[in-house]
Amino acid sequence: MRKVRPTLDDTARMMSETNETVTITIDGRDVEAPAGAYILDVAGELDIDIPSLCAHPGLEPFGACRLCVVEIQKPGWDDWYRQLVTSCLYPVADGLKVWTNSEEVRRNREVVLDLQLARVPKSDVIGDLAREYGVERTSYAERDTDDTCIMCAICVRACDAVGRSAIATLSRGPDKYVDVPDKDACIGCLVCAHLCPTDAIAFVADDNGKRTIWDKQFDLVTDERTGEVLGTPEYLEHVRQRATDRGLRWPDEMKHESAKVKRRTYSSKLARVGRIEEPAE
Amino acid sequence: MSKGNGRPFRDANALLARADRIRAQRAKLKHEIRICAGPGCLALGARAIHEEFLTQISEHKAELKQAGLALNTTLAEKCTGCHGMCEAGPIVTLEPEGTFYTGVKPRDAKKIVERTLLKGELVDKRLYELGHQRGGGKVEKYADIPFYSLQVRVALRNVGVVDPTSLDDFLAAGGFRGFVRALSEMTPDEVVTAVEDSGLRGRGGAGFPSGRKWRSALRVKEDRVWLICNGDEGDPGAFMDRAIMEGDPYSVLEGMMIAAYALGATDAWLYVRHEYPLAVKHLQMAIDTLENAGLLGDDILGAGMSLRIRISRGGGAFVCGESSALMRSIEGRVGEPRAKYVRSVEKGLYDQPTVLNNVESFTCVPAIIDRGAEWFASMGRDKSRGTKAFSLVGKVKHTGLIEVPMGRTLREIIYDIGGGIIDDRPFKAVQTGGPSGGCLPADKLDLPVDFDTLTRAGAMMGSGGMIVMDDHTCMVDVAKYFIHFLIGESCGKCVPCREGLRQVHDMLEKITSGRGEDGDLEKIERLCHTMEVGSLCALGKSAPYPVTSTIRYFRAEYEAHIRDKMCPAGVCPDLIMYEINKECTGCLICKDHCPTEAISGEKKKLHVIDEDACISCGICMSVCKFDAVDIKSGGVIVSRDEAVV
Repeated sequence: MRKVRPTLDDTARMMSETNETVTITIDGRDVEAPAGAYILDVAGELDIDIPSLCAHPGLEPFGACRLCVVEIQKPGWDDWYRQLVTSCLYPVADGLKVWTNSEEVRRNREVVLDLQLARVPKSDVIGDLAREYGVERTSYAERDTDDTCIMCAICVRACDAVGRSAIATLSRGPDKYVDVPDKDACIGCLVCAHLCPTDAIAFVADDNGKRTIWDKQFDLVTDERTGEVLGTPEYLEHVRQRATDRGLRWPDEMKHESAKVKRRTYSSKLARVGRIEEPAE
Repeated sequence: MSKGNGRPFRDANALLARADRIRAQRAKLKHEIRICAGPGCLALGARAIHEEFLTQISEHKAELKQAGLALNTTLAEKCTGCHGMCEAGPIVTLEPEGTFYTGVKPRDAKKIVERTLLKGELVDKRLYELGHQRGGGKVEKYADIPFYSLQVRVALRNVGVVDPTSLDDFLAAGGFRGFVRALSEMTPDEVVTAVEDSGLRGRGGAGFPSGRKWRSALRVKEDRVWLICNGDEGDPGAFMDRAIMEGDPYSVLEGMMIAAYALGATDAWLYVRHEYPLAVKHLQMAIDTLENAGLLGDDILGAGMSLRIRISRGGGAFVCGESSALMRSIEGRVGEPRAKYVRSVEKGLYDQPTVLNNVESFTCVPAIIDRGAEWFASMGRDKSRGTKAFSLVGKVKHTGLIEVPMGRTLREIIYDIGGGIIDDRPFKAVQTGGPSGGCLPADKLDLPVDFDTLTRAGAMMGSGGMIVMDDHTCMVDVAKYFIHFLIGESCGKCVPCREGLRQVHDMLEKITSGRGEDGDLEKIERLCHTMEVGSLCALGKSAPYPVTSTIRYFRAEYEAHIRDKMCPAGVCPDLIMYEINKECTGCLICKDHCPTEAISGEKKKLHVIDEDACISCGICMSVCKFDAVDIKSGGVIVSRDEAVV
């Protein structure tokens, strides 16, 4: 049911597999792109920088952070009329014109970052981004907190993709927060923590053979030959189960499976947790 | 009363024949007592009134028989849906003569049976009284009351007329004529064309042309199309859909059946909010009855059409009235909206083509098919055709449920139908379109009410809530109230809505408590702009409207709060003071009632309020019989009973 959005690789594949391409104009450049690809991905391929915090190539697009907004104009619209859209969700079509850095775009990003800075004053990631848009200090009422969560829900979607769905958003509106309602569902894989763009999820990866995340402590399994940490027993069991469910032979093909969320941007971070060389017994 | 004969109808003719038979039976009725069992009247004891009528009828059986009245042949009684004039409930009407009794109590049942039914006399005390501007006096028939005579009821055509639990009653009122006509005389394409030609636009808020939506669904080449009826009416003070679902469930279902025929849908969902248990009950009863009658399920009326309608109950989240959040909720996921760059007719429920319409829109469809697209399109104005139901609430004399052709002015609705402002105070503003609608001031009273005019004026049609405010209303306080509501209902997914609402509320709080600074308004306006263009869904995009529209029309009031630390309406507690004036007779009543003992004074001597101890609760003012308590704000008297600045 759920579809993973086309990634850069997919974009390239779509272009090679189908001939259905469209011509669009991004910041004055005419480019060809596969029909249905998202603006953010097409821009990424052209090395046009669109800031974004909640988009991840391996996850269902979400559209929560509102930083990747761009202005568009469809063919047939009045020349003066442009619309602000979410580039991580907007599929390209023939004749589309896109402005990724116009005054209106920048003004909206500025207000959004101003708001985020009020929410998470201690976050360096937000602080740096805000400074790029001329916001040194938030002009709104600042929260008194060390929390750096910006509610991008990458952790929630990543945990879904891992197959555990342990993390959920709870409550709604300004009180919304992220938590693990059922601690048993968490397998201590650390994917959420490593994908978090603002490092808001506290964890201890390895403290004398113990791992802690989401207030839950895990044992760790070490490879007997190399002494390398393979992961928590729960995690290894989960990966094995998933591999078996899909009729994959354990463990060779498993690498491919477990690396499903391992995609370009965070691949280095993921490498630390995603690698499994040997069976766990 | 018969609830259907239990055997499925073989074909359309069998259904029409039954309708004719029931109508022939009904023609023999000399009197029909209709007891309003809408939410307001139920709360005021409509059930007890109904029981009392039954008791009285059986006690007077012999006399009634002598007068030629026998229950179920020449005399009938029933509980109906909402009559609309909730202010005057509980309401009892007598048909066919159209006698209208208001404020009925159980003990009145005896009088109505003995006097009206047996002797043909009226119970004067329970008749509707005209306001003094209209010359006063009692009115017997509701057709003579402006509240009713100025309305045109299409979506509400059966509400208050039929017994919502009876299929026979619905058939007698012309029910399923539209469906039978579509099924036996029209092709699906002709049905869609009729809806297009009628000019029907979505009654849920956005006003998207329903026919165009259906047409684009027909163009989508997929096997399966889902049909959803949105009954998640969440606006505070709005109850149009509730009245329809509770009072006329069969019309909603008939509209869905016609849509299903036109679109080839075999599965439909009715999403009803959790707070409407009676609506769920009546709809489920109706669905069960239709399944037994062969009107839902497989091979409907022997015409080969299949349709299954299921009810999904919302959990009480306002945001789930937004179509994409609603679909996620049905799927069992968190009710959060998605961006609708790919429309629901292509990818909606379970990523399959989905057509979603609002309760009121579906309810209009059978009437359009039955009476013709031209008839529907003949009402209304410009690109807003047909009629629209509104819930008229607030400081208006006749609060209740109304339906008028599009294009009537706000003045006609508020003054002619609504009877004007309570206590004939000056009108200050009307808020249309639910919590994220806008407030329009007095000089906009002559605006015609249609989709585009309201939007241009900075308000919106929304689902049809209309909240009337008098001069005792502080517009900054109103904006703060709606923002507070939206904070509780924002799903919290995207930044401008989640963080922006909180910041706007903080700033409004600052302003209403006298801590506003120069530049605050500009800051709010900048933030509101980003919320409007930068939010993900319609809720976030329209969330700033209560603020932007009040700043647009009542900027001076904001400035008074910020610059002069004054609340001209005398509402904001931190900006007002109570003061006792020369009218004080020294009666000690205010002193006795003051919760903080802030009032000092002796008998027959002028009392004084100690500013430091006063918490601005206003009790002294409400208990004073001599208008001796004033409200002061910014050094000026802004008393409620005096003319307001």
